Amino acid sequence: MIEKDFNTQAFESRSQCCDPQTQIETRDLTLSYKGKPAFKNINLTINRGCITAVVGPSGCGKTSFLNCLNRLSDLMPHCEVSGEVLFDSKNIHEKKYDVGLLRRRVGMIFQKPNPFPLSIKKNLLFPLKEHGVRDPKEAEAIMEQVLMHVGLWNEVKDRLDAAALSLSGGQQQRLCIARALALKPEVLLMDEPCSALDPISGSKVEGLITQLQGAYTIVIVTHNLAQAKRIANFAALFWFQEEAGVLVEQGTALQIFDSSKNEITRAYIQGVRG
Amino acid sequence: MNKKPQLQDRFLTLLVYGSVISVSWVLFLVLFDICVTGGGSLNLEFLFSEPTSAGRTGGIAPILMSTLFILLITMMVSLPLGLGSAILLSEFSSEEKLFGRLVRRSLDVLAGVPSICFGLFGNAFFCKRLGLGFSILSGGLTLACMVLPILIRSTEEGFRSVPKEYRLSAAALGLSRISTLWHLLLPAAIPGFLVGFVLGVGRALAETAALIFTSGYVDRFPRSLMDSGRALSIHIYDLSMNISGGDENAYRSAFVLVVLLLVINFSASWVSERWLKRKIVLS
Ligand SMILES: Nc1ncnc2c1ncn2[C@@H]1O[C@H](COP(=O)(O)OP(=O)(O)OP(=O)(O)O)[C@@H](O)[C@H]1O
Ligand SMILES: [Mg+2]
Repeated sequence: MIEKDFNTQAFESRSQCCDPQTQIETRDLTLSYKGKPAFKNINLTINRGCITAVVGPSGCGKTSFLNCLNRLSDLMPHCEVSGEVLFDSKNIHEKKYDVGLLRRRVGMIFQKPNPFPLSIKKNLLFPLKEHGVRDPKEAEAIMEQVLMHVGLWNEVKDRLDAAALSLSGGQQQRLCIARALALKPEVLLMDEPCSALDPISGSKVEGLITQLQGAYTIVIVTHNLAQAKRIANFAALFWFQEEAGVLVEQGTALQIFDSSKNEITRAYIQGVRG
Repeated sequence: MNKKPQLQDRFLTLLVYGSVISVSWVLFLVLFDICVTGGGSLNLEFLFSEPTSAGRTGGIAPILMSTLFILLITMMVSLPLGLGSAILLSEFSSEEKLFGRLVRRSLDVLAGVPSICFGLFGNAFFCKRLGLGFSILSGGLTLACMVLPILIRSTEEGFRSVPKEYRLSAAALGLSRISTLWHLLLPAAIPGFLVGFVLGVGRALAETAALIFTSGYVDRFPRSLMDSGRALSIHIYDLSMNISGGDENAYRSAFVLVVLLLVINFSASWVSERWLKRKIVLS
């Protein structure tokens, strides 16, 4: 169940991550498709209220890694996960862990905006209803709040019954973020949320993500290093080793992007820059 | 510019149009013949009276009634079973698993089995084994068996054509499988289901071979589902092949059959469209 009073204060308070607290920790996390590992032995720490950027070359398992954090990996055919993902010190890959509750607490934004083929309104109300917000008034209040928060309210308030797919790509992506926020998650997983958008919509979404910092723990996969540097507090670099993704380095964004001692990291960051 | 591609273009256009016209011409001719010969002399009397003199004169009221009952049983049995099987095949069994492959292959084979085989099976199983005798119930059940393979496969295709992203984003929002199925997948799969329904009804209404052995050809009003009843297509077959002087009524019955088919198809798409509009807002 979602708490009755939808807390907007959380949106305003933005900690600067000076006192990081671990929220998610992976231990020797390995994922394979049909027995072939996509990434191996990832030990990554994700801090509460901070933005952690995951970067790395294409195909090194970043998307697959995100899928492990809300157990969307369960849906992938021939996918096997070993190791642990500790979310508030509990291993979410344990059989008896409540997946429905996990996915409410850990929201996900996909690379391609994927609103349901329903009206704008229903896109927000349908998941709320499924999660136990039965009172229509309350649900609509939440809808208005999250739409305002993602800056979509003024754009859509007169056509809430229009198809969500009639919105522009950037609007659709913000609607998807609103849809995730409506469930009051603690963590947001974002898989290249701006890469399918034009620069202006992209920067709107980016601005939104920085606003969410502090209130939510955010893990963002991006190929845009400049963007990662602008918004992230922490960063992690994935790389290939023997055709499987490995974690090369993790640390604060400053350490990774400006003063890395690691050869691979420096080469990657300069390579993409230069 | 060179002229050759243009000439080729013209030729191809002609070819395409030509083949379309030559195909639709046949269909048009058949429909025209039925409409003019059958529809021209049709009156309400024909629909509401009983056949006399083996169908040469009189109407088709009892036959229409039997047909509708048979169709009703067929649909009542095959629609829920078809939908359920399609959901099982598309959502709960993976593409590669032996079970799914086996079921799919058997359905494809069944879909191609001649209707006379279904008739013999229905006669042996429903009429004799289950003791239902020559009855509307046996006929309806036999037709259900015949219609199911097409219905299941096209509904399954409908479910498979729903983008994977819907399932993923629904799961990522923590929605249960059941509500994803009901609120997102089912409305999106309805067009496939409808295709299956229309093909199924068409096949069922046109069927003679499977019904001769199961529901029989008694042309009285059926008093219950356990009574034998004559379907419209059997009536047409009987009038045109076995009864001299039955041609006129055969034509009229054929016209009624065509109209019935059209009415069912249009109302099916009307209902599903309205339902779709309520459940889902596409584009
Ligand atoms: N559903 C799947 N089935 C089989 N293999 C997969 C599947 N999804 C991904 N893979 C493989 O796993 C590896 C990692 O893929 P993944 O999508 O996680 O990479 P990525 O880092 O997100 O790449 P990109 O930056 O291009 O999005 C790739 O080699 C890919 O081919
Ligand atoms: Mg990816």
